[in-house]
Parts: sequence; structure tokens; C-alpha cells
Amino acid sequence: MAVLELVNISKHFGAIQAVNDVSFSLEPGEVVGLMGDNGAGKSTLVKMIAGNFRPSEGRLKMDGSEIVLHRPVEARRHGIEIVHQDLALCNNLTAAANVFLGRELRRGIGPFQVLDYAAMYRRAGEIFNELKSETRPRDLVKQMSGGQRQAVAIARTRLSDAKIVLMDEPTAAISVRQVAEVLNLIRLLRDQGIAIVLISHRMPDVFTVADRVIVMRRGQKVADKKIADSSPEEVTGLITGAIERV
Amino acid sequence: MAITLDQTIAQKQQSWLSAKLGSQTFWVVIAIVLACLFLSYATDSFATSKNLYNITRNVTFVAIVALGMTLVIITGGIDLSVGSVLCLCSMILAVVMHAGYSIEIGIAAAIGTALVVGAFNGVLIAYLGFPPFVVTLGMLSIARSLAMVASNNTVVFEFGPDHDLLLALGGGAWFFGIANPVLYMIVLALITGFVLRWTRFGRHVYAIGGNEQAARLTGVPVRPIKVAVYMISALSAGIAGIIQTGWLGAVTTNIGAGMELQVIAAAVIGGANLAGGIGTAFGAIVGAALIEIIRNSLGLLGINAFWQGTFIGGAIVMAVLFERVRNFRQND
Repeated sequence: MAVLELVNISKHFGAIQAVNDVSFSLEPGEVVGLMGDNGAGKSTLVKMIAGNFRPSEGRLKMDGSEIVLHRPVEARRHGIEIVHQDLALCNNLTAAANVFLGRELRRGIGPFQVLDYAAMYRRAGEIFNELKSETRPRDLVKQMSGGQRQAVAIARTRLSDAKIVLMDEPTAAISVRQVAEVLNLIRLLRDQGIAIVLISHRMPDVFTVADRVIVMRRGQKVADKKIADSSPEEVTGLITGAIERV
Repeated sequence: MAITLDQTIAQKQQSWLSAKLGSQTFWVVIAIVLACLFLSYATDSFATSKNLYNITRNVTFVAIVALGMTLVIITGGIDLSVGSVLCLCSMILAVVMHAGYSIEIGIAAAIGTALVVGAFNGVLIAYLGFPPFVVTLGMLSIARSLAMVASNNTVVFEFGPDHDLLLALGGGAWFFGIANPVLYMIVLALITGFVLRWTRFGRHVYAIGGNEQAARLTGVPVRPIKVAVYMISALSAGIAGIIQTGWLGAVTTNIGAGMELQVIAAAVIGGANLAGGIGTAFGAIVGAALIEIIRNSLGLLGINAFWQGTFIGGAIVMAVLFERVRNFRQND
């Protein structure tokens, strides 16, 4: 059964139709590349799944039952995690502090709760190990490489039992070697049965790691097909409008 | 492979000692120790119990307010109203007690005033998006004016039935001859330090200063925390005002004038970064102490008091220069 299903989702801001009647579904362990030019409606679509916006029309279903998301926290509660485009990291804090930001572990009795540094360092270390990333929980994020920063942002999605991870441009502005690291991280998540939506402008990344590609143009879904049945040329044509629809 | 992934992850980046050596606060402490050693050697009057009593007590008022200011600065804000809020709270305390009410009611009124002022600042900044500089600059003017209104711009020096109790609270030395204000400062510094290091609230204060947008996206309640931080800043000014009233035994409408700059200086010398995200409670105390020692030593060494500003200003620039040099090294 589909872990997430979008049924005839539309979103308009006043007179502007940002997303127009889009439907698709996500299977567990599936990586879907979401592509499209700037302003095609990718971000709006993702923000609706993440609980930042409510759809004007249409329904969201998880595991077959309808859900309504008012706030990002509710999406998180349903097992939807987001890796933001700018990663949403605090440079002045340690890797572990960033991983647990907003969800700090504490210990103590009743109202007397103090931060449990030891547990957070240990758990963050376990997650980095699981992600096969050489990231030290006690290091400040300020001093980290792009790949390590990605690992910290992705580690957040491993705190809870995530079913869906939305990744907004995770490979923008990092080096070639770090791109490979990030793609490996995506495969790792996929192998654990997590469904991943990868928003990207980079054709090679999507064709390396995704199972399926969805192309958006002017708020509409113009393609939804298996990577094996498509080609970078075709997707480029779909993005620019040279190919109307497949 | 000689080093496994586990070992890399478990490795600490730097030892405790090298972390200390790299902190601005540490070097300010060294400067204070050296200055004290030099002054004990060079003058007869520095290392006397009376002078040390004076120094420690004088430090407290700036230090207590600097504790609250440090929280504000960590979130990336600034509170220019603290000097005026100190004056307003002192005056409310004085007027209420002068009218014949007990010290408990007087203190409650002063604290209440501080919290209302802080909440006003905080709500404007956090919920309506006003720049902190502008809001607190406005409050600097408003609070002092209200103090004048409350007292009709007179000096209050009679505090009703609990007059002696108030003076003992601020001027006494109940514990091993340590001035009371110093005890309050130590207690407040320990509380502030604990909150910053060990509570979720403290962690979120740092997160807001580091990247406010990130804090919001990860579910940190940014706006309530900002309001709380400005309330704490005003509260610290109010507490300092109450203690100072007890110590001075009189309140005029110009106490705390220009104090905001000393307080900000203390926080910055102690390592707080005006860009946000960095600062400690211990640093605030140490910064205030360095300023007071400079002031005291110039007097003892017989240097013209007009030089005070130059030396304190120099200390501010030196402290930040140190931070810059360290950053340059890291960026290389």
C-alpha cells in the first residue's frame, strides 16, 4: 500500500495557481525525484506535505487514511521529516545539539529536568555511525564540511521512526565528493524502507539514485515515470516545455 | 584501516585545556589576576579588606544586569533600556515603601514593574518584529520619564516602616563579611549559568542566536523565548535596582543613567558576541569585574580620573580584537 498518497491537490495564493490538480503516490522504500524549473510548484507541493501550507483543494492520505496537517509538528508526528534546503543548522552549536534541536533529551524527576548531554552525544554518534559519516557529535557545526553538515541535517530524520523524508535540494552547493556522500545517505535511508522525495535541479543525481521521476511545470504534473523508462533529455524537454506531456 | 569510524566519531575535537585556552573569558580572567597581583605589589591600599569589599560590592550592580543582558545578546538582540528600568524599579520600590507599605509589597511592585516593562519590549520585538535597538531605545526614554512622574523628580530617602530592613538588605554583610549584593550576584550568576548550560530553554536561547530561522523550522518556540529573555533582562535590572536602593539609602531619578553601556561593555568583554549565539554567565561577571578593577586601580595609582574611559574603552576593543584574531586564524 502507498505510504503517502496525494489526491487532486491544488494550491492557490489569491489569483496565482501554484499547484494545480496534482496526484501521485509514494511506496515505502521508493526514491522519487521531483523536478521542475523555478516556480514550477515543487516547493509549494513539498510545503503542503510538510505541513507548512494547507492545500486549497484535494486530500492527503497516509497508509490509506486521510490526514490534515496544520503545522510542521503534526507532519513530524505522522512520520514526515524534512531536510531543508539551507539545512536549518545553528553554526554555534555542536552536531549533537543540532540533531536534537527542538527535541532535546532530558533526565531528571518531574519538573526538574536537565539536558542529558551524555545520551544525546551517544545517540547522535550511533546515528552518524549508521549513516557511515565521519561526523563527531561534539564538534561545532561551524567547522564542518558540506557533507558533514548534510549528515547532521539528515541525522535529524533518524530520531523518530520516519516513514517519509523530503529533501529539498540536498546536493546544491557542495563538492562532487560530498554529493556522492549524500547520495549514499539517501540509499541508506531507502534500504530501511523509508520513502524519499528528492527535490533537485541536478539531473545526474536524480538519475543515479531515484526510482521514479515526477516533473512539474507551471503547477501541473507533466510526467511521472520510472527512471529506467526515461532519459535526461526527455526530462529536460519536459521541464522546459519542449515536450508537452508524457 | 587503522582508525575505524567508531573511533573517529567518539574522538573529542579538543581537550578541556585547549578549549579553555581558546576562550576569551579565560584570558580576561588572566588579565584580572595579573592586574590584582600588580596592584597588590605596587600599592599599599589595593589588597586591603576594605578596598576589596568595595570592589566586590561595586562590581555587583553592573554584573547582575550584565547577566540578563548576556541572555539578550546571545539571542542576537540588545537591551538599551536596562539603566532606565533600574531607575524606574528603584523609584517604584522607594515610592511604595515611602507611602507606608511593607518591604514585601515594595519589592513585589518593583519586580512586577520590571516584568511588565520586559514583556512590553519582548512582545514588540518578538511578535511585531520591531528592531530591538529601537524598542529598547524608546523604553530607555519612557522608563526614566515614568520614574520622574512617579517621584515628581524628587529624591526619596525615607522608606517607611521597613526602612532599616531595606538598608540592611542592600548594605549589610550577613555572611562571613561578604557584602550582601555580592551574595546575590553569586546566586544569580549560578542560576543563570545553570539555565544556559543545563536547560532546554538555555539551549534554545543559543539556537535562536545562532540561526533564528533554523530554530523556528526545527520547532523551537522562538517568539515566547524572546519575550522571556527581554523579561529576564528587565528583571535583572529590577533586582539590581532594589539592591542598589538598599545600599545607597536614597533614590534619585538619575541613578543608572548611562549604565546600559557599562553593562553591554561587561558582557562583551566577558565574551558575549553582539552578533548572537555566544556568551556565558561567568563571562558577564568577569567582564564587570575587569571594568571595576580598571576603575579602582586608576584611582589607587593616582592616575587622573579622566583617563578612565580610555582604559575601559581600550579593554573593550582588546577583548574583541582577541576574538577577531582567533577567527582569522580559523579562517586561514
